[in-house]
Amino acid sequence: MMTTPGTGRDRAQILAAKKSRQASRIAEAASAGLKVLLVKVLVLGIVDAISVYALFVLLLKQDWLVFSLVLFVTVVVNWIYFRVKGLPAKYLTPGLIFLLIFQIFVIGYSGYIAFTNYGTGHNSTKDDAVNSLILSSQERVPDSPSYALTVLEQAGAYSFLVTDPDGVITVGNPESPLSRVTDAETDAAGQAIALPGYTTLTFADIVANQEAIAALAVPLSDDPNEGSLRTPDGSAAYLYLSDLVYDEAAGTMTNAGTGVVYTEDPSQGSFVAEDGADLQPGWKVEVGLANFAKAFGTDSIRGPLISVTLWTFAFAFLSVATTFALGLFLAIVFNDLRMRGRNVYRVVMILPYAFPAFLSALVWAGMLNPQFGFINQVIFGGADIPWLTNEWLAKFSIIFVNLWLGFPYMFLVCTGALQSIPGELQEAATVDGARPWQVFRLIKLPLLLVSVSPLLIASFAFNFNNFNLIYMLTNGGPRDVTAGVNVGATDILISMVYKVAFVGANRDYGLASAFSILIFVLVALVSIISFRQTKALEELN
Amino acid sequence: MTIAPRIAASPTTDYIPLKHPFNFGRWFRATGWRHLVGAVMVVFSAFPLLYVLSASLHPGGTLITANGLFSEVDLGSFITLFNLPQQPYAAWYGNTLLIGGITSAGTVFLGALAAYSFSRMRFTGRRAGLLMLVLVQMFPQLLAVVAIFLLLNGISDIFPAIGLDTQIGLIMVYLGGALGVNTYLMYGFFNTIPASIDEAAKLDGAGHARIFFTIILRLVAPILAVVGLLSFVGTTNEFVIASIVLITPEKQTLAVGLYQFVSQEFSSNYSVFAAGAVLAALPVMALFLWLQKYIVGGLTAGSVK
Repeated sequence: MMTTPGTGRDRAQILAAKKSRQASRIAEAASAGLKVLLVKVLVLGIVDAISVYALFVLLLKQDWLVFSLVLFVTVVVNWIYFRVKGLPAKYLTPGLIFLLIFQIFVIGYSGYIAFTNYGTGHNSTKDDAVNSLILSSQERVPDSPSYALTVLEQAGAYSFLVTDPDGVITVGNPESPLSRVTDAETDAAGQAIALPGYTTLTFADIVANQEAIAALAVPLSDDPNEGSLRTPDGSAAYLYLSDLVYDEAAGTMTNAGTGVVYTEDPSQGSFVAEDGADLQPGWKVEVGLANFAKAFGTDSIRGPLISVTLWTFAFAFLSVATTFALGLFLAIVFNDLRMRGRNVYRVVMILPYAFPAFLSALVWAGMLNPQFGFINQVIFGGADIPWLTNEWLAKFSIIFVNLWLGFPYMFLVCTGALQSIPGELQEAATVDGARPWQVFRLIKLPLLLVSVSPLLIASFAFNFNNFNLIYMLTNGGPRDVTAGVNVGATDILISMVYKVAFVGANRDYGLASAFSILIFVLVALVSIISFRQTKALEELN
Repeated sequence: MTIAPRIAASPTTDYIPLKHPFNFGRWFRATGWRHLVGAVMVVFSAFPLLYVLSASLHPGGTLITANGLFSEVDLGSFITLFNLPQQPYAAWYGNTLLIGGITSAGTVFLGALAAYSFSRMRFTGRRAGLLMLVLVQMFPQLLAVVAIFLLLNGISDIFPAIGLDTQIGLIMVYLGGALGVNTYLMYGFFNTIPASIDEAAKLDGAGHARIFFTIILRLVAPILAVVGLLSFVGTTNEFVIASIVLITPEKQTLAVGLYQFVSQEFSSNYSVFAAGAVLAALPVMALFLWLQKYIVGGLTAGSVK
């Protein structure tokens, strides 16, 4: 092999580097020790065992999308931990998996839900909606023959073992229609009384679970229009037929009694009659921008949405401003070495910060109670001041209680920041003839702002979503009765999302997610602006 | 890590030597008014806590009897609290400690692993990863509460053991926030441990896992305590996600249970609620005051660094 001297030297160097890398890898592997290897294999074994179980369950459910996801993640995790290279990935993977599922994915999923009509009455797939519509309108066929019945149980779920008047034996449960069985045990009259693999319920069991058994409806076949068997007493079953007849090809639901035809409306996710009446429940469909149109286009929602947004900003800003002002003032007051007992004051003033915040809000709600609370009864001598029920007083109370909750944090932070400012600066300024106020205003405050401004931004971001305080102190009230959604004068955006999605009978996940998206956008805007601002502050330094 | 030393504010010109005869006006201008401010703040800070303590010691008390501070001292409400037919307070308490404990241990562990790799290793995507951690902090999990609910609802259809109305499900959700909230704080602290320590250990033949578990983790113990405590307090206070995930009363946490208890019978059974609040606050406040100096250090480390 002919090489020029130069490249030969390069190659030697590369070889040497390779060798040293190899050597260090071997050293690393050798030093890892048997214990580490054992722990690694054990933990991976547990993870793999759980995944295999999950894959098995998913296989049975035939949920291929989740199946392939779980398989992919399992393979990747094993690959990461069994290869020699890629050390950082070994340290990052455990946290990243949780982060990806429960923080990143759910944000994306919120975005998807915002474009659907997910909510009360639109919870599930179209098949589920059809089945539940037909089931809910079922009535007993007047001349139904009596089917001899034995109620069976397997793994906590009930099944019907049915002997029809012709002596044909079938078994089925609400999820799977009746199907013929041949290995059932029969009594003298030819009625099936037991089936291998199932437990036969005794009379006492039936009485104890009467309601659950009376609610069972076992379909005769895959076609929901053929009706299903139900039992009033646990010993005989009767045929029940629905008033509604479903025509899959035409996509219609016809009420056999009244003759009204409900046609499937894919844009709305329900069956709608010509006069606009729809059947509940419907199913979940993508509705495009309908939720955003509802939020911004309907007067009864847009008005409250705007005022809630403004109040969210005002609340977050005023909370930061008041707590910072008080905290800074106290930090200056107690940052004097000549003062005795500063530690005692300090510990007592930290107490509100140490007390769990949700409890503080509940305790203050009691103290501010208009009829019985301490503030009105004792301090204002029996006055009837509506601290939590008047729109403006409620807003004031919230800011005031948040001042109580938040000033200790600002006090601690400002004290730390003040003490880290070198004493020479003050000395030099004093020598140059600056007065104490000038020293504070022109030297200490700017330095302090540089170090605490990231924390002020964090505090703003926290208060922007300070759900607990609002929800537990005023519950967002007083309620705005003219609004199209459940919202009150002191609601902030996140408490509005919670109320729309989870409070009351009518849950609207789609609209709530649309509001969440709005919060995301606002938070992103605020953070971009504030990060720029802090950079500018740092450059000043 | 300790609190920044309370160094002397530089000697001021009006410094008074002790042998000077006592002059009230001068004393008041120098430090006396500070004590006045201190007294006002002590009343402001401590009063609501004394109020709830006194209410808890007044058995059978309502909101209106709670106004007579310490007019009666009796532990009856605490006994009532554990015998409520509808509200399993003891279970709430245990659940809160369990969920908080596991979550904070998991958060510390996952966060420390990630902070170690960001601090000690150089790899592609490191800067992007750090940037992502800062960004993720801006979007707390509760913003996606609807999606979390529906995701767990979907999981329950397949694996009921980790889905809706399970504590494991809730803990998993909380661990999703583990990297976002505190890793950056830990990363800063890991950087203050000199890399020469790792290198020395490496020369002595220690592998990366050994260096991490036996050397680094011990050196960063203060920040682990801070992050663990902040995570525990955060979990104890968390209401939004816990309230939608945990449905059965026996599985709920204190925040969810006590809120529902209060909203059902607020003014009539106030002393029992107050007793519950006092007991609930005890572990958090004890931990907080015990680890106070680390927390203060941790809070300012983020900014004053």
